[in-house]
Amino acid sequence: MSISLLLLIVAVIGVAGYLIGSWRANALAGGKLSNLHSRPGYYGSFVAIWSILPAVVVLFVWVIASPIYISSTVRAGFPEEVKAEPQATQNLNYNMISAIARGFKVLTAEEREALFKDGATARDVLASKGVPVAAEPAPYMLKSADDLNRMTTTSSTWLSILVVIVAAVGAFFSYRSIAPKFRARNRVEGMMLVGLIAASSIAILTTVGIVASMATEAIHFFNMVPAWEFFFGTTWDPRFAAAGATASAGQFGLIPLLAGTLYIGFVAMLVAVPVGLFAAIYMSEYASRHVRSVAKPLLEVLAGIPTIVYGFFALVTVGPFLRDISAQLNGLVTGNYSNFIQAQSVLTAGFVMGIMLIPYVSSLSDDIITAVPRALRDGSLGLGATRSETIKRVILPAALPGIVGALLMTASRAVGETMIVVLAAGVAARMQLNPFEPMTTVTVKIVNQLTGDLEFTSPQTLVAFALGITLFVITLCLNIYALYIVRKYREQYE
Amino acid sequence: MNMMSEAAVEKALDKKMNDISYKMIGKDVSVYYGDKRALYDVNLNVRENTVTALIGPSGCGKSTFLRTLNRMNDTIDGCRVTGRITLDTDDIYDQNIDVVELRARVGMVFQKPNPFPKSIYENVAYGPRIHGLAKSKADMDAIVEKSLQKAGLWNEVKDRLQEGGTGLSGGQQQRLCIARAVAVSPEVILMDEPCSALDPIATAKVEELIHELRANFTIVIVTHSMQQAARVSQRTAMFHLGNLVEENDTDKMFTNPDDQRTQDYIMGRFG
Repeated sequence: MSISLLLLIVAVIGVAGYLIGSWRANALAGGKLSNLHSRPGYYGSFVAIWSILPAVVVLFVWVIASPIYISSTVRAGFPEEVKAEPQATQNLNYNMISAIARGFKVLTAEEREALFKDGATARDVLASKGVPVAAEPAPYMLKSADDLNRMTTTSSTWLSILVVIVAAVGAFFSYRSIAPKFRARNRVEGMMLVGLIAASSIAILTTVGIVASMATEAIHFFNMVPAWEFFFGTTWDPRFAAAGATASAGQFGLIPLLAGTLYIGFVAMLVAVPVGLFAAIYMSEYASRHVRSVAKPLLEVLAGIPTIVYGFFALVTVGPFLRDISAQLNGLVTGNYSNFIQAQSVLTAGFVMGIMLIPYVSSLSDDIITAVPRALRDGSLGLGATRSETIKRVILPAALPGIVGALLMTASRAVGETMIVVLAAGVAARMQLNPFEPMTTVTVKIVNQLTGDLEFTSPQTLVAFALGITLFVITLCLNIYALYIVRKYREQYE
Repeated sequence: MNMMSEAAVEKALDKKMNDISYKMIGKDVSVYYGDKRALYDVNLNVRENTVTALIGPSGCGKSTFLRTLNRMNDTIDGCRVTGRITLDTDDIYDQNIDVVELRARVGMVFQKPNPFPKSIYENVAYGPRIHGLAKSKADMDAIVEKSLQKAGLWNEVKDRLQEGGTGLSGGQQQRLCIARAVAVSPEVILMDEPCSALDPIATAKVEELIHELRANFTIVIVTHSMQQAARVSQRTAMFHLGNLVEENDTDKMFTNPDDQRTQDYIMGRFG
């Protein structure tokens, strides 16, 4: 019986449990609902939950555990000389057996018999049925495949029986426990609470898992390359090594990448902070309600544009434009029409990233400025201050901690931004101060190191994880500090 | 005996004031919030060096009228004022009047104490600094001290002028806001239920202060408390549903009002 059909049956039992449970509760109430501890629906839900939940848990455990058990049983049946081979070869053999087992299912019983008698043609026969097998299978494989199929069928049968029984037993006992004084509501709500907690733990555990996996790979990297060479090295030259080449071929200095990241982020903030802040001040203090209702969503549309599109914009429009205009300027001043701004440069990437960040700055700052109590505005205006004096002397100082927090959050986005810099910043890991030249960032190098055919044993690839975790720590620190500042600021008005 | 004579002195003072002048004159003042009309042709004059109390049930338009007196309604979207209001002889809704200058002459204290998140000193110095009233640090120090003294707060805060204004108690904060308004040396001070967020002791202090400020300023106060209106004001105006019902001497208003609605409201029969 297929899993989906099984789930359907369990669901049907659950729905039936709900209906019967509600009906039973109604019957017990005898027309007067106040006789019951909870409303009838809760009794129904209680039965439904006990029908579905244990059955589904059994189903999942079985689905995960049974292939592991079957695989180990099949492997135990391998001939001794095969067991002596390395683990990787055994895995390959097992994969082949699985393929054959899949093939057996599309063969008729006679064809299968024929294969056992004359194993030599197995590969061709299976191929003719559309099941590719890597090599001509050894005789023991046919037998193992047969075992595998048999065990899978048995497992599936037992699974079906067990799940249906568990669902039925759950329904039966929960139905039996229905009584007027039974606290069904508390039970159901308790189970809901467990579900909510589980949902939030998944989010947190995922983060922990990501960090753990990055950290493990990064530790592999630091086993090959000393940490101080990575963190304080000033040369980035990973030397893409062919598979199996010696590990120490490249130099992995983080400093040039970090410099590029911070430089481009700085240029981006230089664009985004004034524009975004002024936009926020206009939106929150000057714009009439009508203008605000149109302009604010339009501004926030910028935030919805995928960053790869900004990347195109930088690559196709802004970069060439800056290059050409610099050539024209140079020509006008010196007569030599050569461009001094490269198409891919710190300026291009920073400028476009700045545009991307404007809505973040303006939206966050707008919220913070609007949160300054109206009483403070009135107080200042009532003293004869103009609007701009009120903004400069009362509102911005009051909102400053919050705005700083918002800017820090924006900065952490700038540091982690990838697609724009991949397209617009260049790939040359250089340390220099000219914003018209290309530089590269941590994120660009992560992309570079993880593109193409990879071997996850060389430092050339593993360095991506070290870079990733460095980036993660930087943005995490920025975000935590930003949250700390924002929270401290909020306390002032409560 | 003493009480009697004090009351007599006050009456004489009132009489003298009556003879002098009206500080502000409101003629046919109507206010609209969008399509909704909040005030209907109010004619109300504010006497100089007098405390005028505006009373009436919630939503009657008394705060709206108060806010027309220094054009604070301008800050509300969709608010429109018609009619004529003069300060001395200047039409305050005239094109040529600068609202900044107007608000320097007509200060305001709000319902909830709203000190700026700055030091006590900076709170008081805010207005004078904006209007350029102090030429030197010493000038400013003098203004701050004088204003805090007028607001009866000097002795409580003189040792901690650099501490935050938001750290004071509610009553102190409200007196700080009064000092802040006084520091600009306005001619009129508008108070919008200045004691509604304060406890009885702080209220008593603020009322005492209003009493003293009367010597130098013209005061208009909105209040929900009949007792407060009776205690602090010399003139009382009663609003109802956007109309001015009656304006009279406070004594007469609370003993023998001309209008039945005033009588009912004061007796607690509606509102």
